[in-house]
Amino acid sequence: MSKSVLLVEDEPNIIEAISFLLERDGWTVRIHAEGADAVEAVARVSPDVVILDVMLPGRSGFDILRDLRNQSGTRDLPILMLTARGQTKDRELAESYGVSHFMTKPFSNEEMLGKVRELYAASAVKS
Amino acid sequence: MVSFNVLVTVAIIYTMVLFSVAFYADRRAMRGPSRFLRSPWTYTLSLSVYCTAWTFYGAVGNAARSGLEYLTIYLGPTVVFLAWWWLLRKLVRIGKAERITSIADMISSRYGKSPALAVIVTVLSIAGTTPYIALQLQSVTLSVAVFADFPTGVSGGSDLNATAFWLSVGLALFTIFFGTRNLDANERHHGVVTAIALEAIVKLVALVAVGIFVVWGVSGGVLDTMRVIEASPVARWQPSPSRWTSMIFLSMAAVICLPRMFQVLVVENSDERHLRTASWAFPAYLMAMSLFVLPIAVVGLAVMPDGANPDLFVLTLPLELGQEGLALLAFLGGFSSATSMVIVASIALATMVSNHIVVPIWLNTRAGGASMSGDMRHVVLLSRRLSIVAVLGLGYTYYRTTGGTGALSAIGLVSFAGVAQVVPALLGGLFWRGGTRRGAIAGLVVGFGLWIYTLFMPAIGVFPAGMLDSGPLGIAALRPQALLGVQGMDPLVHSILWSISLNTLAFVMVSLVSFPTPMERLQGASFVNVFERGDGAVSTAGGQAEAEDLLVMAQRLLGAREAQTLFQREATRQGKAGYLPDPTPDFISLLERELAGSVGSATAHAMIAQINGQASITVRDLLAVADESAQMLEYSSKLETQSRELEQIARKLREANAKLTALSVQKDAFLSQVSHELRTPMTSIRSFSEFLKEGGLDAQARSRYAGIIHEESIRLTRLLDDLLDLSVLENGQVVLNVQTARISDLLDRAVASAGLADGGLEVVRQSEGEGIYLKTDTDRLSQVFINLISNAQKYCVSDAPKLRINVSQSKGYVDIDFVDNGLGISPDDATVVFEKFVRLTDQASAGSAGLGLAISREIVHRLGGSLDYVPGQGGAAFRVHIPLTNV
Repeated sequence: MSKSVLLVEDEPNIIEAISFLLERDGWTVRIHAEGADAVEAVARVSPDVVILDVMLPGRSGFDILRDLRNQSGTRDLPILMLTARGQTKDRELAESYGVSHFMTKPFSNEEMLGKVRELYAASAVKS
Repeated sequence: MVSFNVLVTVAIIYTMVLFSVAFYADRRAMRGPSRFLRSPWTYTLSLSVYCTAWTFYGAVGNAARSGLEYLTIYLGPTVVFLAWWWLLRKLVRIGKAERITSIADMISSRYGKSPALAVIVTVLSIAGTTPYIALQLQSVTLSVAVFADFPTGVSGGSDLNATAFWLSVGLALFTIFFGTRNLDANERHHGVVTAIALEAIVKLVALVAVGIFVVWGVSGGVLDTMRVIEASPVARWQPSPSRWTSMIFLSMAAVICLPRMFQVLVVENSDERHLRTASWAFPAYLMAMSLFVLPIAVVGLAVMPDGANPDLFVLTLPLELGQEGLALLAFLGGFSSATSMVIVASIALATMVSNHIVVPIWLNTRAGGASMSGDMRHVVLLSRRLSIVAVLGLGYTYYRTTGGTGALSAIGLVSFAGVAQVVPALLGGLFWRGGTRRGAIAGLVVGFGLWIYTLFMPAIGVFPAGMLDSGPLGIAALRPQALLGVQGMDPLVHSILWSISLNTLAFVMVSLVSFPTPMERLQGASFVNVFERGDGAVSTAGGQAEAEDLLVMAQRLLGAREAQTLFQREATRQGKAGYLPDPTPDFISLLERELAGSVGSATAHAMIAQINGQASITVRDLLAVADESAQMLEYSSKLETQSRELEQIARKLREANAKLTALSVQKDAFLSQVSHELRTPMTSIRSFSEFLKEGGLDAQARSRYAGIIHEESIRLTRLLDDLLDLSVLENGQVVLNVQTARISDLLDRAVASAGLADGGLEVVRQSEGEGIYLKTDTDRLSQVFINLISNAQKYCVSDAPKLRINVSQSKGYVDIDFVDNGLGISPDDATVVFEKFVRLTDQASAGSAGLGLAISREIVHRLGGSLDYVPGQGGAAFRVHIPLTNV
């Protein structure tokens, strides 16, 4: 079974870029462009890694993160958070909620791919 | 002939009746309030103490000698009671409020509780009253002599003197017994007053009985009596206007200022409302008393042998005509008149002497003064009793030394003129706040001195021979009855003219030039404005009065039980347990008034001050307080202004701070938004450019990714353009390029620029109205139109999206409405839709940073108009409101 990523992002060009990057590496990339029901989408898809944008239509990525961390099934799920607002307080907030990694846009493809792989590997060792 | 023994027996029985009545009344009063004792009738009858033996016997004598002149003695009080009852009411009100014990206390209290004034008025009262008391003794002895057939010669015999002596002793006993049972002189002497009221009835009945006998028994009816009067020399008597005026003035003054009148009128008054009854009933009583005076005088002159003393006609006429029973009644009437006067006068005088002379001296001579322990009530009572004895002794001595000289009525008038000297100070004190203690003293001393010199001394005949005719040491200008050469005047009129006018002048002048002490000011205000204030008298502020010391002193004056009750009541009122209230100014002032009832206001004030640790309030203290409060007032108003200013500044600062904070938050949010809007396309550009750089992509992908990079870079450029645009607009640095254009042309251009796709948004326009020419920056306005059209294109959610553009014109402005048929904007969103970076739909793909409306609004503002969301139009509706001509 191939490794899967759920990409929660609303910017079409970024979705395309990340999808291309990860699929080329053998990942199954699922897309979710809405914030409001993102938590349910994670539960439904049950991905190995989640890439979560902060500014989403309907709901903030921070809220989604908090909810995911408060649910037993997703407490240890690797979550990589992406934000275009590179402020320190955003990073701190995300870390306080238990984010696995916090990444600021724009990112290099190499950095993104490496981080996703790393997160997956770490979670695989744990489980 | 009635035997002397019978007379004495009748007198003794009558006296015993009086004792019983007084005793009963006192007992009754002790059991509680009694309607009879507190009746206005008792009060009115007690006022008849005005009618002494002088009026009872002397009025007839006066009528026989001077015709209708005797009426003036009744007219004065009648005027006062009928017309000036408000003055009496003021006196009574003040008397109660200040616990006034006598006329001397009244004057003293008014002028700052001055001990000196109290002494002066006391001395004046004694001087004026002593001859009067002697007069009463004389009238009784004379009347006894008539019965006993004593030789009625000058100076009387030893029997007469004995009569006078034992009469004095009896009166002293009665007065001491009923007049000094209570220490508090302000606690009414019910026994005495009731006895006086009974005597009032007796004298009226006696005089009226004699009158009836004379008119119907002797003359044979009213008409016959009138005829006799017509025929008598009395009818030919010519009134002297100056003497009448003086006499009426004197009797008006007397009814208020005579110590005994003040006693019954003010001190013994139990209810202010009694004055209402007395104001007509007392004049009526006086009228009844005067009704038969003239007939008795005229018939007496006709019937009695020549040389008979007309002063005794009331008595001798019935005797002469064999009516011994009637004569006895007349004797009792005269006896009543005399005794009631003496009793009340000696109570009044004794109170003054004791309060203003004996007690202060005693206090001063005893070490420790007011704060000494021991029951002082015995001292005060003893002093009062001794004073009664002294007053009566003085009267008796005066009688013995001058006995038999001068007509009764003459002495009465001398007395009246003496006490009338109080009038300027009294009336001035009641109605003129400017009256001062020094003024009152000056007036009293001047008036008193002139009265003694011009009236009193000549009347008692103490001047050496020739003095009256040629003046002292032969100085004619100083002749006692013709001062400064004012001659040919009735001695009484002469004396009154000089004494009262100079008295008044001195009072007014000295008052005007002297400065009143604070206490005088306070008391003056509370006297003059007695009807305007509540309960409080002068409050002695501050002080370190020890409640315990005050209690000790109060116990000594009021008695332990009463003092403790007073203190306990006050403590309870203050919310404290026990017997020791805080010595608040209110309480001190209350206590002082309570004590004033026992020892007079001046003494009470001095005693309290001694304990209270402050002799009195000085002008400097008061000025200091006034000054301080004025400064405080000024300072506090300054502070108030300052604090108001500070508050304003603080508010402005708060507002500015809030604005700055909001701006800072806005700036952060703006930067954050800008960062987001820049980073998002950057992300795509970086990512895809890396893919392209790596190589290995097919041609289609390469082309696609290059297209994305291109698209995103344009997005970036547009964003930067918008930001710069907005910055320029917001900073007001924009230069407007004003041109004239037709709205329809501008809209055509805008619709074309918006690049509407087929099957997309349909723009519906109305040609009418669009022909308006605008003079404005047409490029900028077109920019707004394009933005509004493309917004509709992007956000209008409808199966067949439509945008209607309506143009209307009013008052130099043109409204251009853009209304689509979509879902519209909720009221909440309508307020934020113009904010920067707000995209209600969150459609990043909309291809804008959410700055369009913000920029549009700025542009329209710059063009002198406004851009608003218009709710309730079916869809999203924006109105551009701009002036036709941009200035």
